[in-house]
This record gives sequence, C-alpha cells and structure tokens, in this order.
Amino acid sequence: MIRYLIRRLLWAGVLFIAVTIVTYVIFFIIPADPARLAVGQRATPESVARARHFLGLDKPVPVQYALFLKRLVIDRSLGRSFTNRQDVNTVVLNAAPITASVVLGGVILWMAIALPIGILSALRPRSLLDRSSMVFVLIGISAPVVWIGLILQYSIGYKLGWTPNAGYCNLLNGQGGCGGPIDWAYHLILPWTTFAILFAAIYVRMIRANVMDTMNEDYVRTARAKGAPEAQVMRSHVLRNALLPVVTMLGMDIGIALGGAIFTETIFGLPGLGKLAVQSLESFDLPMIEGVVVFSTLCIIIFNLIVDVLYAVIDPRIRLS
Amino acid sequence: MSDELLVVENLKKHFPVTRGIIFQKQVASVKALDGVSFTVNRGETLGVVGESGCGKSTMARCIMRLLDPTDGTVTFDGRDITRISQAEMRPVRREMMMIFQDPYASLNPRKRVGFIIGEALEVNKMGSGAEIKRRVQELLDIVGLNPEHYNRFPHEFSGGQRQRIGVARALAVNPKLIVCDEPVSALDVSVQAQILNLLKDLQNEFNLTYVFIAHDLNVVRHISDRVMVMYLGTVAEVAGRDQLYSAPKHPYTGALLSAVPVPDPELGRRRKRIVLEGDVPSPINPPSACRFHPRCPRFHEGVCDTVDPPVREFGDDHAATCHYPLESWPLTEAQMRRAEEPVAN
Amino acid sequence: MALLEVRDLKTHFLTDDGIVKAVDGVSFSIEKGKTLGIVGESGCGKSVTCLSIMGLNPRKMSTTTGEALFKGENLINASSKRLREIRGNDIAMIFQDPMTSLNPVHKIGDQLAEAILLHRDVTKRQARARAAELLKAVQIPRAERRLDDYPHQFSGGMRQRVMIAMALVNDPDLLIADEPTTALDVTTQAQILNLMNKLQEEFGSAIIMITHDLGVVAEVADDIVVMYAAKIVEQAPVDDLFKRPHHPYTWGLLGSLPRLDTDVDRLVQIPGSPPSLLNPPVGCRFNPRCAYVFDRCKSELPELEPVPGIADHFQACFLDEQTKERENEKLQAGSLAGGTA
Repeated sequence: MIRYLIRRLLWAGVLFIAVTIVTYVIFFIIPADPARLAVGQRATPESVARARHFLGLDKPVPVQYALFLKRLVIDRSLGRSFTNRQDVNTVVLNAAPITASVVLGGVILWMAIALPIGILSALRPRSLLDRSSMVFVLIGISAPVVWIGLILQYSIGYKLGWTPNAGYCNLLNGQGGCGGPIDWAYHLILPWTTFAILFAAIYVRMIRANVMDTMNEDYVRTARAKGAPEAQVMRSHVLRNALLPVVTMLGMDIGIALGGAIFTETIFGLPGLGKLAVQSLESFDLPMIEGVVVFSTLCIIIFNLIVDVLYAVIDPRIRLS
Repeated sequence: MSDELLVVENLKKHFPVTRGIIFQKQVASVKALDGVSFTVNRGETLGVVGESGCGKSTMARCIMRLLDPTDGTVTFDGRDITRISQAEMRPVRREMMMIFQDPYASLNPRKRVGFIIGEALEVNKMGSGAEIKRRVQELLDIVGLNPEHYNRFPHEFSGGQRQRIGVARALAVNPKLIVCDEPVSALDVSVQAQILNLLKDLQNEFNLTYVFIAHDLNVVRHISDRVMVMYLGTVAEVAGRDQLYSAPKHPYTGALLSAVPVPDPELGRRRKRIVLEGDVPSPINPPSACRFHPRCPRFHEGVCDTVDPPVREFGDDHAATCHYPLESWPLTEAQMRRAEEPVAN
Repeated sequence: MALLEVRDLKTHFLTDDGIVKAVDGVSFSIEKGKTLGIVGESGCGKSVTCLSIMGLNPRKMSTTTGEALFKGENLINASSKRLREIRGNDIAMIFQDPMTSLNPVHKIGDQLAEAILLHRDVTKRQARARAAELLKAVQIPRAERRLDDYPHQFSGGMRQRVMIAMALVNDPDLLIADEPTTALDVTTQAQILNLMNKLQEEFGSAIIMITHDLGVVAEVADDIVVMYAAKIVEQAPVDDLFKRPHHPYTWGLLGSLPRLDTDVDRLVQIPGSPPSLLNPPVGCRFNPRCAYVFDRCKSELPELEPVPGIADHFQACFLDEQTKERENEKLQAGSLAGGTA
C-alpha cells in the first residue's frame, strides 16, 4: 500500500510539472503581446519594450519557466499579475473559497438527488418512477450547462424573483450588503442547481445500473438464502458493493467539476477561480493563468489521491493484495 | 519422414511478477511451465490431463507459438519452431490449428459463419473466393451442419453447433495437428458425446493428429491413445492409455483416478478412495524438488522435498517422475503410504 | 412422514417472449437423513425447482403453484416472513460458484455470524465462536484466525467449504446443494463430496444434490430423479437407476458418458438439443430426439408410472417393458445404438 502511495505521489509530481509546462508553451504560442496589453493601446514602442523587460518577457521561454518554478518552490509565490501587479497567491486564495462553495454545494445537491432516485429506479425497473427518472437523465445530460444556468436565471431569478440573480455573499461576515450563511446559501441556490443537474443525471444512471447489476450477484442470492430480510440485504450486501465505484467517480468528477464551474461562475457573477481564469485569459495575464492552473491541478491531484486511498480502505480486495 | 510430428523438450514458460516504485523489477515469476517434455506421433491422440494451475493451457499456447517459450524447444514436423519469427511462423500455422473451450466466446459474434470458417483459407490464399466458399460448405457438411447456413451468425446456433463450427474452422486448412483445448468442457453431456464422436470420425477420415487437453479423465480416456498427466507445470506421468488407467505409477495419477466419480454406484462403493489434502499450490512459489510432495501420501522427508525426482521408465513408453512410484494398482490410501525404499533406476 | 414432499410443483416465468414453463408438474419426496439426487442437463428445471421450494424466485416475474410440504407445512406461496424464518435455519442452500457466492467486502467470520444471528438469539461473541466451530468442522486450518479473512484470500475449494459451513451453522434438517462441485477440480471435488458425506452423518441432515454429473450422483445419492424439459422422466433408487434404467433419455445420458472401466468405439449420441420451454413439443417432450419414437409419443404426454415389479421406481415412457429390458441390456453391454449423428 505504501509503495502504491509513493508511486502515486511521484506520478503526481510528474503530472504537475507537465501541466505547468504545457500551460507555458500554449501561452507563448498564442500570438499576442502581454506587454502591450499591460501598457495599453497608445503606448510608445519604448514603453512596451520597458514593460516587456520589467515583466521578464524578453528572456527565453525555458528561462522564464525555470524562474517560475524557482519562485514557486523557494518563495512559494506564484508571482504578480501582469495587468495590475497584484500578488497572485492572494487573488487565487480569495477566489478559491467561492469556487469551493459552488462545487461542494453542488456535489452535495447532486448526490442528494442521484442516490435516492438511482436506487429507487433500480428497485422498481420500468415503473413510472423509473421511466420519469430516465427522462430526467436524458434532459440533464443533453442540456448544456450554460443553457440551464441562463434559463434558471431568467425564469426563477428574474421572472419569478424567488432567488437573487447574481452575486456572491460571504459565508462569514458581511461585505457589500449581505453576509452570513443564509444569504450565502440563498445566493448560491441557482448556481448549485445549474451545476448539479448534469452530474445528478449522470449519477442517477450510473447508480441505477450498478444497483441493478449488484442485485443479480450470487452473493446477494446467498444472503437471501440465509433468510436475511430485504432491508438487510440491500444495506449490507447490495449497496455496500454497488456504491464502491461511485466513490472513485466522485473523486474524479469533483476534479472535472472545477472546469464546469467556469460557466456557472460567469453566468451568476461569482468571483471564483472560473471567473478569474476567464479574466486572466482575456488579458493574457500569464502569472494569473499559471496561478489558477497550479491551484486547480493541485486540487485535482489531491482529490484523486484521497479517492485512491479511500477506495483501498473500503475495498478489502485492494487493501490486502 | 519420421513418425514424430511434435517433439517438445524441457519447455518452460515463466511469467514475471514485477514490483517497484518507478522502475519495475522482477521479484518472482509464475512458473506456469517448468520443464515439460513429450512427443506426439503422427496420427495418434495425446491426451493431456491436469487440474487448474498445471499449465496445460499454457503449454497449448506455447506449442502454437501464441506465447513465446522462456526456455526449451518445440520441434514440429522436424523443424525447430521455438524461436523463429512470426513471419517464418506463418506457413507453419497452416499445419497446426486449435479448437477452443468456450463455444460462445471463441467465435466472433459479428462475423458470419462462412467467414469464420474460411478466414484461414483466405489469409493463406488457398483458393479463389468461389473455391473457398465451396470448401466451407463442404466443411459444414463434414461436421454435420447444414451448408445452407453459411451466412448465419454464431448466435443463431446452439452451443454444440458452435463447437462444430470451431471444428470446421480448424479443419479448413487441412492441418497436420489439431490442439483441442478442453473442447467439450462447456457442453452438456449429451452434446459432448456428439462432439467426441465427430472428432474421432474426423481423425479416422483425415488422418489427423490430436493433442487433446481436458480435465475430465473419462473423456480423455475415451479419445486418447496415450495420456500425459501434468501437475503444477511439470509432467507427472506419461503412458499409453490402457497402461495409465490400469497401472498408474505416479501417486498423483492414482489420486486423480480414484477421485473421478464413476457413474456406477456399485463400482463406486467397491473402489478404494484416496483423498488428497490441501489445495493445489500456486505456481508462483512451487514446492521444492517434487512439486507434489506437500500433498503426496507417500511423502518421504529428506528425499521428496530436497532431491528432484528422476524420470523412471516402466517398459514401453511409460514414464513417471517419482522417487517412490506405485508398486501396483489399485491401492488404498493406507497401502499408498507404505512406500518401500526408493526404486533404484 | 417424509421430511419434504413436493406435489405437482409448477413454476412459470413471465418473459418478453411469453410464458416460460420452467418447472411443469414435478413431484418427489425425501426422507430425513437421506440424499436425493436431481439430475438433468442445463435448462431442465432442476435449479428452479429448488429455488421455488425456497421461495427465491423473483416474485414479480414468476408464479409458482403446487405444494412443497416441509414437515407438513406448505412452503409454496407461504408468507415472506415464514420463508425467511426457514431459510438458513431449517432448510439451507449452497450454490454452484464459490468464487462469487460470498460478499467480497465482508469478512468470512461476519458472513457466518450473520447466518447465525438471523435465526438465533445469541451475542456476537457466541455467534463468532459458533462460526469458528463450523470452520473447524469443514476442515479449514487455523479456523480462529481465518474468521477475519476476506473471501478473496481463500481458494475455490476453501470457499465452498465456507459455504457449507454457513449452510450447516444452524443445524438445518435439509441441505439443498445446487451443483456444489461443478466449478471445482477433480481432487477438490472428491474432498468436498467426502466432507459432505461426513457432515451428513454428523449433523443428520437430508441432502438434495442437484447436478448434471451422473458420476457424482452415483456416489452420493440414495434416490435419483431425472429431469428433462421441466418434467421428471424417471425416478428410482440409485442402484436401480443405473442397473435398470427405463427411459430413453436416461439410456442416452448413461450411454453418452465415456467410462473409465468400459471401452466403446462410439458414444451414444442424443441428436439435437433440449427444447425451448416457451413452446415445448406436444406429447412427450423428448419425442423429437428419441430413437424409439412412435405415434402415441407425439400426441400424448406420458405420466409417471411405476415400473412393474420394482419398488419406488417410476418412469414416464410409452415403450413396452420388453423393449426397455432389451435396450437396457444393450446399454449395460455397451452396444446401444442411440440416435444418429
């Protein structure tokens, strides 16, 4: 097990380097001039050149990358934004909790929807419940996240006025007119729903299939042959096994979800990592882009590691091999 | 042209087990085959019997060069094919074909039966399209199927019929040798008889040579001329069929014979039973010296677990690898335990 | 009174293609402490018969009629609660594939304890002790320690022993074994059959052994029932069935077996394959494949009739007694012709 973990950690390191390098390379392939963007349209060639030097853009690319790594490892700093010289660490760390709120709240919501519907559909195949949940699945998977977000925003937020349209409220203290848990949740209901529908759909289908398969397993038949009541069979034998793969999927999907968060944050005006990524891409702000990439990659790697360990803990076949 | 069609000498196949964080290092190996030698003469059937882990399927694949042997030699029709390239192997493949165990998995469900049977003919360019079609229909008839079903898919046939398709496929190129890897294990008893009769008939008609692998001793006895018993990657005993079943020399063969259930209650009651202890050990860590020593009723400490057992000959074409071969047969378990001094060679 | 008496058991499955009559009028009985073998090929209904007795068929898709009187009480369509009380307690069942019949994420000890705790009012510790006792009885070495192991840490033969232990843990009166040794090696099979024999003497349970292997059933059974296409075609005490079989299907089964002690050039072949149970043949179900078929067979369904002069031997075939004796002699001598290829 330890060997396995060490190997995963080493691979994680390799992955991290690969991702950051690729980001750098892509950035420098795009024909745009961040120095010019930084100093504005009407700048003179000299000021552009000065800006370029100041930002370190006149050094060869590998050198820039090496400096980036050095700064990251030794100073633990992601540098300063090209556009407004803000400390990238601070900006990223400010945006992160917002994205986390969206993602984690979305996860809880989608599991709360998917688990009961998935399990019940599996227990009553071809019933009305099952058929309607499959329709829901179809819609959820087919409808683009953007479309769902906009529709919800328009109908529930604007037309019906049940929830606010946009904006984020801090969980803890008030800022800009709203604060505290209730405001926080209230502002996030629509983003959570938007975000969760797609994943809920995917998970309903997966849970349904897993539970149906597990119900046919030989060991479930053995449990019934022992005289176990149906509830115990479900709890102890069926669900325990059927939901194992859900754990792994969840870990991977939380990682992917970060990507989906971009749409949700943009539509609902939430100043999270997604919005930050979009902004920094528009202004070719390399340190900020790298900052978002580094942070997201770290999160995904950590999540996947946690899932791997968790899987080994709950499945004795992996733990003891 | 010699009588020996297939000669296998000291065949070994080890699958590496690797561990390591970054660089994978081999720490152990699964010794699926650990020194197997035998010959198959033209026109005869060699039955190969053994339980799980004995290496019989691995051996089949090594003979056919579907796996590359780790050591030893395979000589087919006078030619050493152990290490030749895949390109050089291609013409040889026309001479040796295989019939597989699972009639449901060994036929491509998306291809029509005519294609499945004729594919080898096409690959080896043995005739024009029309000639191949005619040959395939001929084969369907030979194996007892309707030639009009040329265009059907495998799922339209029953298990027994699918196995007949497998036989037709093997026959298509007129091979010299057919390796049958448990061809009737997955079939019902009544269908099993159909396939066994078919294989026998075809052998007589086309002068085929079979290597017939099975775990059912009754089936092997019915179809084989000579029988080889394998245990954990080695050959325990090889003999002519009647010899093996009436006068086995290796204790494992004895145990196998007494363990096979016989459909005759009276005979079953009279029979002397030898029940082995323990399970078949893993080929990753096989027991030292004689592989069978941990379960053998005749185990002699200091001999069987330290000295490799010699191959003893018992008259014409009967060999057993044992320090204390059985003196007579049948024996009870108690009699088996009372082994005398190791027989001097 | 017989321990279990099955009368006219029928189980029909509702499928998309129609009604599959998986068991169509099966009757037999078994006495305390005896072993009944149910023999037949795949699809003949032998497994479904026993699943119906235990009430383990999916309720929505199947209907079962008839009686299965266990100590006088009818189990067919009994309440779920009553069936659950009996399962694993008075009647236990073990299945074919030991590799998949145990839950991979629970310890063996816990699964054994579950079987005990479902039916006995004992503490967890007592259940665990009983579990260890049973593991010893099935000859698993270091039983105490192995209680905390998981199924994947046992070999196939050991897992089947665990299944047997789990079935016997509450001292059932009847053990139903559905092809318990089919997936095992020959020497392991011998061990398991030997073990079951020993345990039967020790625990006194009756055993129903379902198998397609006539060799196995010859060794363990006192009485045998031969099933074909959802019906019983012959039933007899074991010696009688092998010495004086009275049905062409039984002849076919016996004749198609290659034997260690006799030499035949060609095995008896039964042409064709078992019929679909959606639309079984009219009349005797075996008639399309029977070498002795005549007109009556194609229109009338033969009932189980006693064999004249032999006790407890029943068969369902219209052939006259003389032909049967003659063909049987040929079978015993190894010269039965059987069907054509």
